[in-house]
Amino acid sequence: MNNLKLLSSLKLAVKSLRVGVISTILSGSVIATCVSAQELGWPEKEELKFGFIKLTDMAPLAVAYEKGYFEEEGLYVTLEAQANWKVLLDRVIDGQLDGAHMLAGQPIGATIGYGTKADIITAFSMDLNGNAITVSNDIWKEMKKHVPHEDGKPVHPISADSLKPVVDDFKSKGKAFKMGMVFPVSTHNYELRYWLAAGGIHPGFYAPHKGDTSGQIDADALLSVTPPPQMPSTMEAGTIHGYCVGEPWNQQAVFKGIGVPVVTDYEIWKNNPEKVFGVSKGWAEKYPNTHIRVVKAMIRAAMWLDENNNANRPEAVKILAKSQYVGADYEVIANSMTGTFEYEKGDKRDVPDFNVFFRYNATYPFYSDAIWYLTQMRRWGQISEPKPDSWYKDIAKQVYRPDIYAQAAKALIAEGKAKAVDFPEFVTETGFKPAQTHFIDNIVYDGSQPNAYLEKFAIGLKNDSKI
Amino acid sequence: MSKQQTVPMIFNHVRDISWPSLNQLLTATVLPIIGIVIFLGLWSLMAKNIDTSLGTFPGPAAVWQQTIVLVEEHNTQMDKASKFYDRQEQRNAARLAKDPNYKSKIRNFTGAPTFFEQIWTSLYTVMVGFIVASLLAIPLGILCGLSKNAYTAINPLIQLFKPVSPLAWLPLVTMVVSAVYVSSDPMFSKSFITSAVTVSLCCLWPTLINTAVGVSSIDKDLINVSKVLRLNGLSHVITIVLPSSIPAIFTGLRLSLGIGWMVLIAAEMLAQNPGLGKFVWDEFQNGSSESLARIMVAVLTIGVIGFGLDRLMLALQRKFSWDKSAVLR
Repeated sequence: MNNLKLLSSLKLAVKSLRVGVISTILSGSVIATCVSAQELGWPEKEELKFGFIKLTDMAPLAVAYEKGYFEEEGLYVTLEAQANWKVLLDRVIDGQLDGAHMLAGQPIGATIGYGTKADIITAFSMDLNGNAITVSNDIWKEMKKHVPHEDGKPVHPISADSLKPVVDDFKSKGKAFKMGMVFPVSTHNYELRYWLAAGGIHPGFYAPHKGDTSGQIDADALLSVTPPPQMPSTMEAGTIHGYCVGEPWNQQAVFKGIGVPVVTDYEIWKNNPEKVFGVSKGWAEKYPNTHIRVVKAMIRAAMWLDENNNANRPEAVKILAKSQYVGADYEVIANSMTGTFEYEKGDKRDVPDFNVFFRYNATYPFYSDAIWYLTQMRRWGQISEPKPDSWYKDIAKQVYRPDIYAQAAKALIAEGKAKAVDFPEFVTETGFKPAQTHFIDNIVYDGSQPNAYLEKFAIGLKNDSKI
Repeated sequence: MSKQQTVPMIFNHVRDISWPSLNQLLTATVLPIIGIVIFLGLWSLMAKNIDTSLGTFPGPAAVWQQTIVLVEEHNTQMDKASKFYDRQEQRNAARLAKDPNYKSKIRNFTGAPTFFEQIWTSLYTVMVGFIVASLLAIPLGILCGLSKNAYTAINPLIQLFKPVSPLAWLPLVTMVVSAVYVSSDPMFSKSFITSAVTVSLCCLWPTLINTAVGVSSIDKDLINVSKVLRLNGLSHVITIVLPSSIPAIFTGLRLSLGIGWMVLIAAEMLAQNPGLGKFVWDEFQNGSSESLARIMVAVLTIGVIGFGLDRLMLALQRKFSWDKSAVLR
């Protein structure tokens, strides 16, 4: 009897336990949906205008528009090409644009007040890599003599060591060696400087405290600003001897037969962060739900771009070739977007990661990425005073907003539109990538120690050095 | 008047109408056609021999082909727009079902403007700028024409600002417009105001000067008549001054509109304001193999529209001018 009683009570207990478990699961999921619905309310602003520059890495914006991802978030977005990076930034600051495709250095530069001072933040990194350095045919002819060859083809990566004799020759003849980059705080400026300095060519210092923002103090190579789409024609006109720019403007030089891309930024620093989606801080505070929804749409676009091993890239190229987006010929854009890169005419090589939009957590705004840009600003004198390590971290946390990114990603996971494994572990992610080794000069970068990193460079400011 | 008299009078009139001779007809139609044919021939010949880094310079055939492409692009964009509105209605309905407080509204299509929409934007902008300029310039010109003192006071300013290029004005206008024209829900976009103001600033002067000259050279007899009749100021202007200076005013307006149209294209190009100028600049930046042909389509369109605007002003001048004997070309 007792046994029986025990058994029945046990059964009862199990039953109630089951019910309990089910009810907790149920209520839990109800709470979860409530919470996500509460977190992600309707967008406060539905009609948005985003700016971009005609470069292939604006693709997440074009794809989010054309594939209807913006509309599915209840956003009616207009995309508008801008004349140059300065106009684009100014229009985001004065509110004519709600947000824009920006150089990673722009929100950082604006926040620390280099150039126009304004609070710009980013919660979405648009891509990795995607740039290259191109020199004119004449320079390449001279450079090629110093480049090691294998089977009649130049060995990549080509370092600036082979350019140094050419620059020295220019100097001895009293001529200026000029190169173009797209903006003083652009990735291209820092990459070009990094590559030149790694080959012993001094790219020049900035001295904003003395009113000198030309960036040509002590320079062996004079760098100046040219808007990306005008790079090929400016080099063709002989105003500059080479440039560092995003696609399709390097491949354009190959197609036009006016220059030769010598090195991609993938070879200078493997998987370097490139563009971000920037908005003003005031805008983000006023329209939080809208901001999260924009990031959601752009994460989906980035996922689509990298899906199934770049399977959607040809379709993406077709979108980008439309005249309202990048507008260059399909073949030119396809050259780099579909995982290849053409150096000299006919020397087409596989670079599957030339444009990365989603894999390797490309869209997550890492603090260490922001700090790398800050170190380069310090290295070349754009930050004229020495700063403690803590300052670098504070600025990175002001500008880069993984918290907003995480909300967008979690909403996508809850809706079943993305998988949790595709994102960093949000609870444990510190925002600092482990020490990175893949630089062309083999110098290791650890984002948690910016000042120690600056010590490692032969050319550039460090510690207390000042111009 | 008797019938016998009327009939010859009518015949007299008929005889007065001079029928264009066959010879004149030939010259009027055949010569322009010959001109155009020679131009097209030279163009296609030259085009083949100009190699740019964007391929050979487009000849007439390539340009015609791009014209068709632009029309097709316009049509596909219109299809996309109608689908956009359908989707929007569905989305609004879905949201209203969930969120009854939602005030749904229909937003304009967010796609890029097509070539033809750009043409319309340019035309609209130039017309607004031109009308604003005329409303300022005609009264000011009349004042200058009537009063020697006013003319002497204003003349140095006219001479100073008349030769200023629109591109010099543009940065100033842009900054002033974005500082002054602030509203949360603006009726016109800032870019539109900037372009229109720049156009106004540049096409003010020909109308102003011509009106002043026209008013100051009114026949002395007419002025004396006005004095005899003791017309007050306003009726003097309306009945004597305006009618007699109409030919001069219209000459000024025609010049102004022509300048306005040229200025607008340059301003749109530089300031990236929507319109034909932006279309040309965008295509230049794209640097695709079709870009040059598309720019050529825009160039010809700009020319045709400029010609059309001039003819329009000419027709208006003919209608309003009392001096039908004047030779207008």
